Amino acid sequence: MIEIKNLHATVDGKEILKGVDLTIRPGEVHAIMGPNGAGKSTMSYVLAGRDGYEVTEGSVTYYGKDLLAMEPEERAAEGVFLAFQYPVEIPGVGNTTFLKTAINAIRKHRGEKELDAMQFLKLIRAKTKALGMSDEMLKRAVNVGFSGGEKKRNETLQMAVLEPKFAILDETDSGLDIDALKIVAEGVNALRSPERSMLVITHYQRLLDYIVPDYVHVLAAGRIVKSGGKELALELEKNGYRDFGASEAA
Amino acid sequence: MTAPNTQANSRLHSMTYSTRGADPATAPAFLAPLDEMGAGLPGSGLSWLTELRAAGRERFAAVGLPTIKNESWRYTNLRDLAKVSFQPAAPAAATIDLLPTVRAEGQDGPRLVFVDGRFRADLSSVEGLPPGVELLSLAAALSTHGELLADHIGRLAAADDRPLVALNSAYLADGPVLHVPAGVQVERPIELVFVSVGTEAQATSCHPRSLLIAKAGSKAVVVEHHVGRGDGTTLSNHVTEVFVGEGATLHHYKSQREGGGAIHLSHIAATVATGGCYDNFILTTGAKLSRNEVVSRLDGTEARTHVSGGYLVRGTQHADTTTVIVHAKPNGTSREVYKGVIDDTARAVFQGKITVCPDAQKTDGYQLNRALLLSDGAEIDSKPELEIHADDVKCSHGCTAGELDDDALFYLRARGIDRDTAQGLLIGAFLSESLEEIAEESIRDAFQGIIAGWLEEQK
Repeated sequence: MIEIKNLHATVDGKEILKGVDLTIRPGEVHAIMGPNGAGKSTMSYVLAGRDGYEVTEGSVTYYGKDLLAMEPEERAAEGVFLAFQYPVEIPGVGNTTFLKTAINAIRKHRGEKELDAMQFLKLIRAKTKALGMSDEMLKRAVNVGFSGGEKKRNETLQMAVLEPKFAILDETDSGLDIDALKIVAEGVNALRSPERSMLVITHYQRLLDYIVPDYVHVLAAGRIVKSGGKELALELEKNGYRDFGASEAA
Repeated sequence: MTAPNTQANSRLHSMTYSTRGADPATAPAFLAPLDEMGAGLPGSGLSWLTELRAAGRERFAAVGLPTIKNESWRYTNLRDLAKVSFQPAAPAAATIDLLPTVRAEGQDGPRLVFVDGRFRADLSSVEGLPPGVELLSLAAALSTHGELLADHIGRLAAADDRPLVALNSAYLADGPVLHVPAGVQVERPIELVFVSVGTEAQATSCHPRSLLIAKAGSKAVVVEHHVGRGDGTTLSNHVTEVFVGEGATLHHYKSQREGGGAIHLSHIAATVATGGCYDNFILTTGAKLSRNEVVSRLDGTEARTHVSGGYLVRGTQHADTTTVIVHAKPNGTSREVYKGVIDDTARAVFQGKITVCPDAQKTDGYQLNRALLLSDGAEIDSKPELEIHADDVKCSHGCTAGELDDDALFYLRARGIDRDTAQGLLIGAFLSESLEEIAEESIRDAFQGIIAGWLEEQK
């Protein structure tokens, strides 16, 4: 279970999150919607442990542990996964090397035996096939020369391989056409399970047609101002965020 | 033996380095041990050699060590060398149990080993060389190949303007000699191993001289390992002369991973004849102070030279890379790709000069130096220099200094990869661009292993 309590965070001295409360139980999919500048991406970076995002107040308890006290790699090893809005291109580091290093780092942390080259390939082949990814994408450098859709598929592949307990999907729909969105959403849906929680961060309702959440929250000006079921997303789609003190045009 | 390279005979190699900015007061301490050695040096009956040594000695006595007032030495200060009393290393009795190699385990091949500058026949092997290829120590070659040496030694590395070359000539006694006859292809890499033993009690010095000759149409791969044992203060002042004949190819790779007390000074001077190719790659990870000078002259048309490398320094290490490419004839190609990683308060220097002579039309020159600074105290001094006297040439250079990409680092860590491993992946990726310049896969792999070892020490 993930319990976010009164979370305040600043970036460059500016307070972005102003007291977020949220509880996510195993198996639940929560969506956070909100206008630009509401603090959606800040929230995902704070949860993943990025430098430069300072928590000034509040706590995040992750399966009984203090999440905020952990390094980013510890959080990942404990099962936190951030699917990036803008996956980073890393020239010179092969996608396969990257994935293998990551999975073995996490397996090591979990006290599992590291995968050898053959075991890894077998695993990765099965996962890429399910996501409609080519072997060629594995041979390239991490995200280098990938289209928007390929990058998001690569994120989904990582998620499938690393099998997190808590996945944060930051604007996964951005930069995707409808076909790419469907493929990515199918990949994500395939990973839904009673043990796995998800936090889907999005500006548009569109993504939630494909990844249907159990709960929807509206984040505006650094606070969750409204929570409800999946129907709240449709309401937002119709009325926009004007009711929450932000201009839709932002 | 064959006639000397006529282009080399022209002694065009006096570069425009001034000897202003040298300190004669430092000379006596470096030359004193020579008086005791005197006639004990090999080949004292050879007049050319006696003259060369005397000229070197005279020159060094007149100028001493270069100082930072010398434009070429602006960023590398040898001042501290003058405070140390170096003695020529005594023959090391110890057997060298861990010889570095790029060969797979159990695989043998040609290899010459020098301990503190002295040839060690017991550790060397010339097995597996094609007929006609000569690979031997200079000390031995003085009695068997006097003419070959007379025709080549001192032809490229001019002592006039380089005090350390002069000092090397004054002490000239031993080093490797390779002669590949015309048309012969040597498939196996030839390994040259230089071990600086060093002792806590006494600072020691050696001045090896290497001679590499690849005659017309021949091909060879030479790999040098410079390693140290212990933390004793050692000075290696190495000079290498390289002759690449018409259409010949010489791949010359070097890994310098001497100990923490080592001072490694090296001057490589190469001449490339028509259609020939001289390929040089130096990986620097060792020594507290190092300077690698590479001067590659394209003395024939359509000649090529690739002069690249990587330097990885930390602590208070200082690594200087100084290259001079001279395009003397038309249609030549030169390519330089250097990548450096600098941590703590270490400092690296890159000085790269490309000279295109009036005759050298259609020259294609490329130079790149990129440094990655891992700490606030790390420093890189980059000085590219193009001197172009022809009008139809293509020459470009680029220098950058930067830090590790924070976004990339976070991305990797967010996937469970710890900071050190993530940094290692990014540093490895950064260096790969220069390592790709190494044409020989086995050597590229071996050098990658050295880099991996360096990164491992970081932890």
